[in-house]
Amino acid sequence: MTEQRTDGALERAHPVSDHEPLRTLELRGITKRFPGVVANDNVNLRVKKGEILALLGENGAGKSTLMNILYGLYSADEGEILINDEVRHFASPSDAINAGIGMVHQHFMLVPVFTVAENVVLGVEPINQLGVIDIDEARQDVRSISAQYNLAVDPDAIIEELPVGLQQRVEIIKVLFRDAEILVFDEPTAVLTPQEVEEFFGIVRKLKNDGKGIIFITHKLKEVLEIADRIAVLRRGAVVGEAEPATATESQLAEMMVGRPVELTVAKDVAQPGEAVLEVENLEVLNIHDHIAVHGVSFRVCRGEIVGIAGVQGNGQTELVEALTGLREVVGGTVRINGKDLTHANPRQIHTAGVAHIPEDRQRSGLVLPFTLTENFVLDGYYDEPYSRGITMDWERSRQEAERLIAEFDVRTPGADVLASNLSGGNQQKVIVAREFGRKVDLVVASQPTRGIDVGSIEFIHDRIVEERDDGAAVLIVSTELDEVMAISDRILVMFDGRIVAERRPEQTTAAELGLFMAGSQSETV
Amino acid sequence: MGHVTVATAPVDIIRTPAEVRRAKILAIIYLLLAAFTLYAFGLGTEESATFVLSRSQDAIKVGNLSIPAGGFAFVTSAILAFIGARQWMRGFGSRTNLVLALALGLFALSFLAWAAAGTSFSLVGLLQEAIKRAVPITFGAVSGLLCERTGIINIGIEGMLLGGAFTGAVVGSTLGAVAGMVGAALVGGLLAALLAVLTVKYTVDQIIAGVVINILVLGLTSFYTSQILVDNQQLNNSPIMRAIGIPLLSEIPLVGPVLFDQNIFVYGMYVLVAMTTFGLFRTKWGLRTRAVGEKPRAADTVGINVFRMKYLNVMLGGLVAGFGGAYFTIGSVGRFDENMTAGRGFIGLAAMIFGRWHPVGALAAALVFGLADSLQIKLGILDTPIPSEFLAMAPYLVTIVVVAGLVGRSRPPSNYQPYVKE
Amino acid sequence: MLDEITGAQTVDWRSNVLIPALAVLSALIVGAVIIAFGDLETLRLYGSDPGQAVLDTLNRIGSGYAALFEGAVGGLNPISETLTRAAPLILAGLAVAIGFQAGLFNIGANGQMLIGGMFALVVGFQLDLPIFIHIPLAIVAAFIGGAIWGGIPGFLRAKTGAHEVITTIMLNFVALRLVDYLLTVQFFQVEGRTDPVSKSVLDSARYPKLIDFINPRFRVHIGIFIALLAAWGIWWILYRSTWGFEFRAVGANPDGARYAGMNVVLLYISVMALAGAMAGLAGGDQVLGTLGRATPNFVGVIGFDAIALALLGRSHPFGVVAAGLLFGGLAAGGQAMQAATDVGVDIVQIIQALIIVFIAAPALIKAVYRVRAETRGVEVGAGWGT
Repeated sequence: MTEQRTDGALERAHPVSDHEPLRTLELRGITKRFPGVVANDNVNLRVKKGEILALLGENGAGKSTLMNILYGLYSADEGEILINDEVRHFASPSDAINAGIGMVHQHFMLVPVFTVAENVVLGVEPINQLGVIDIDEARQDVRSISAQYNLAVDPDAIIEELPVGLQQRVEIIKVLFRDAEILVFDEPTAVLTPQEVEEFFGIVRKLKNDGKGIIFITHKLKEVLEIADRIAVLRRGAVVGEAEPATATESQLAEMMVGRPVELTVAKDVAQPGEAVLEVENLEVLNIHDHIAVHGVSFRVCRGEIVGIAGVQGNGQTELVEALTGLREVVGGTVRINGKDLTHANPRQIHTAGVAHIPEDRQRSGLVLPFTLTENFVLDGYYDEPYSRGITMDWERSRQEAERLIAEFDVRTPGADVLASNLSGGNQQKVIVAREFGRKVDLVVASQPTRGIDVGSIEFIHDRIVEERDDGAAVLIVSTELDEVMAISDRILVMFDGRIVAERRPEQTTAAELGLFMAGSQSETV
Repeated sequence: MGHVTVATAPVDIIRTPAEVRRAKILAIIYLLLAAFTLYAFGLGTEESATFVLSRSQDAIKVGNLSIPAGGFAFVTSAILAFIGARQWMRGFGSRTNLVLALALGLFALSFLAWAAAGTSFSLVGLLQEAIKRAVPITFGAVSGLLCERTGIINIGIEGMLLGGAFTGAVVGSTLGAVAGMVGAALVGGLLAALLAVLTVKYTVDQIIAGVVINILVLGLTSFYTSQILVDNQQLNNSPIMRAIGIPLLSEIPLVGPVLFDQNIFVYGMYVLVAMTTFGLFRTKWGLRTRAVGEKPRAADTVGINVFRMKYLNVMLGGLVAGFGGAYFTIGSVGRFDENMTAGRGFIGLAAMIFGRWHPVGALAAALVFGLADSLQIKLGILDTPIPSEFLAMAPYLVTIVVVAGLVGRSRPPSNYQPYVKE
Repeated sequence: MLDEITGAQTVDWRSNVLIPALAVLSALIVGAVIIAFGDLETLRLYGSDPGQAVLDTLNRIGSGYAALFEGAVGGLNPISETLTRAAPLILAGLAVAIGFQAGLFNIGANGQMLIGGMFALVVGFQLDLPIFIHIPLAIVAAFIGGAIWGGIPGFLRAKTGAHEVITTIMLNFVALRLVDYLLTVQFFQVEGRTDPVSKSVLDSARYPKLIDFINPRFRVHIGIFIALLAAWGIWWILYRSTWGFEFRAVGANPDGARYAGMNVVLLYISVMALAGAMAGLAGGDQVLGTLGRATPNFVGVIGFDAIALALLGRSHPFGVVAAGLLFGGLAAGGQAMQAATDVGVDIVQIIQALIIVFIAAPALIKAVYRVRAETRGVEVGAGWGT
């Protein structure tokens, strides 16, 4: 069915591009400014076919901006892009695609209601004279690419019904279908289990051996050392150094990335668990599509301990947290906090029961971005003293409280009247942490507490969480970053397909073992 | 090399309590309709209604249909009760809206039999009128769905229809009917261009932009009607498109005169629905349109020009609505009156939602609303105790029921956020 | 990073005063062009005597706008008329503005006014009470009627996700037909008559006129004070009460409001009910004040003008008052213009629509006038989605 040409390109009924063979790609002196920030500062990079270049940098270092420039989504203020040493101008993604560049975005660029085949051919559809799409040909093309790169996926499956691992395959097929020769992967492992990461690296190596050039964007040190041929480190928009995986170490890379020595672990004493604060019994919860997302989960979290829930995104963690905090209806089982049955309590009741909640998505639910910091600090306590009396808000008092919290939690802002939308991600997260930890709580539920923020803020927030534990609170942390869960937890639960499939102490396990549980290839009744 | 297939996890659909509740509310509505039919139309109605199925000029005539109104009501009631029971127990899944449309049609017929009991009534006339009345609603609905499939809400359909009606009258009076229709379509397209510029370029809230178009067009057409047309009646006297019978097809009893002895606007409606259905779901343009509507960034990253698609489709929608607006003047009475569309554009919007953003669904919904419209007019002939105002309300109430999701989930197809490239 | 933050915290005078003023100016200029095209004779004259035609056109625009201005503020009667028309506009504008603040698009002010008005009407003609009880009772009736008609879409939005834009539009038409029907019912009709005009409200329920002692022609009544009082009340609720904090939070971020423990279902219902109540008061103003009875669609297009007005007033209660006075002036002046010149009153409608265009797209104004201002267009929850 498919004949393979020697150069690795596909013989297809429907060729979609005719660019000349791409040998090298170079970014020269790229500078991009946004109001108030220099996102990219005179960046120089070069990658050639058959090579894997890792672009390492922490959140906000300017990696994504750089790649969006390369892909024609943004235009650079200065600098140029060269292909085979010729200057090229990319005004839109189609220019980049035509030049042989393909990108697998961190947030998949797939139309959820379309089939795999429709997504793959979108933009370069095989059509007849009437403009009618030849969907059989599209299926055929998907199958042949699937076969060549071991990227098995059903061409007729609807995207939104596929697990994220398969969606990523579709993205890769999409790029290969366009005959890309330089492939850019933006944080591709964020949604994968350790085993899936290995499988993914296998695909990447195969692509490399077929002569593709790869740019691998990540903030994960281990992965860089494992897969890259060369490493470029980006900090505050500028390339601060290059390294070879053979000679570099994790702590060296971390220091280059952050600009100062970094503790890769969280400093804390041994936990002294007390009595149970949160007791969850056979909990069942539905997701937004009304399918069961949490299948009879039971666990407890005690005073003075941090329990971490590891798992690949979409295995019921979001629904679990929403159910615990009253945001989602519980269809079965019970939730008890301090011995009180709060299974069907609303968020207000759970708040008053002494629970702090750091939500998964700070911008969507944790903050009201067009509100001032004062308004955000009173967001979940406004209905009571000291922020209001009866139905009258006490703005004077609220403002004083806000100023106290800003100082105590080191929120970098010119004042309490600044809109939340004007703060950086790390400072926004600190506002939430300050609000939630600003009063005495018995239970902390923190979901992805450090997602997408800078290392300094991460360290600060981790320290505050440990402080809460030491002050006698029970802490439940949910994170898809396995490293984070392993670093901060006193006890780890692994969630897969809505169930808790393993319980371990961090010192008694390895990432590889947890990864097997996260992938569902092993499970034990807990 | 064999087929590569990957088993995807079976999706177990569990109906949530909320959904079950909604389904049951609908079931109760059916049962109430059944009871009402039985009580109001069935009991004590002894006479028969005579439906006239042919017109005097028809080549093949069929006899009149005489229906015992009471008996028919009993049958209707039984069917409605059955539908209600099944709705309660199992639901109709994706056919929920279709079943509702059929049930409403049946209810309307039973009502008609009761209203016409003891007299004779031209069913041909009623249905012919219903099809005509469905024309502007369908054009409005298709205009709306062309915009919405590409991610722009078009609340301005009403204004585009009105603008088309006005232009049709004025241009039709001066340059002839064809020019009138072309002009009407162009004015609709122009208004849509305004909608597109405001929403795409200036990222104005889509609903505000649509409301503006409605108010602006109402103001402009009223202003120029009173300033100019009142004193220059020769500018407001357009030719009227006559019905053209399609050979053979128009001679089929009942169906022929109803469907195939109509004017060009009705045939235009058939063509429009067929073409948009084919275009949206089979062609490159359709795939790209839907991709832009569902996930513009995904479309952008594969090199589709999101803004161009939005402009193109919104303006296409405007052409459709403008042409549909000409129906009010060139296709019907030949003169423009202030605010003569009287909310048909909003009913078109409703038909789009009722029809689940599908052209065929929109047509079906428009026919139901057209029937309600037509009944309201024809009932004047019969002496019924039901105030016509309540029939006039029906489309609006049905729409509220539909958007409230009592009739299955009507998930809009689009991501309506203004697309910003950053 | 700090300099990035200090920029735009509060929207400055440019966007609150300058941009709206320029929007009104722009609308008047475009309106002038539209007026110019409304005169066939002068347009024909451009072929034979362009000089004279230009003069005629300018004369027509000038006399039209002069009459408009004169009719709005040129004397006691024009001011009386302006205030009379401003009262329901302000109240209906509040109905839309409250919705905007809570992220809801209330297009249903017209329907809510009709129902509120009918409630007031029944109390107004059916009960016979002393004036100091009768008027407040009729006002309460208008409030309740509007609240019910507004609360329905709020309830549907909260419970079923039905988008309030669709439901309020539909309820407008339902209310319109309902009033048409009610005016054919004997209970409402004047005895012995069959035309669709209701009984008049009793004198004890009529809003007292303010300056009819000077000239009985002067129609302005206490409705304008009710409107101002309502605006102050809404301001207090929005910015000084916990309830208003919830309104604004749910408007700015419904997920955040839910997370913060606010009862979003109850909020959507209460916001829409309060909005409807304001519109109900506007309907009551028409029935108890200006008209004294109900006729088919006795509210005209006030509910749609209210949208323009709320946008012009930046959804702030005091902004709504200012915009309401302006629109009241336009309405009063437009009527006077139609009487005095041959420019039709519909031009006012057009000018209002144009104002929304320019307000809603501040980028447009900024581009035309090269104004630098930190502004955001108005945005209400996008899409029909639930």
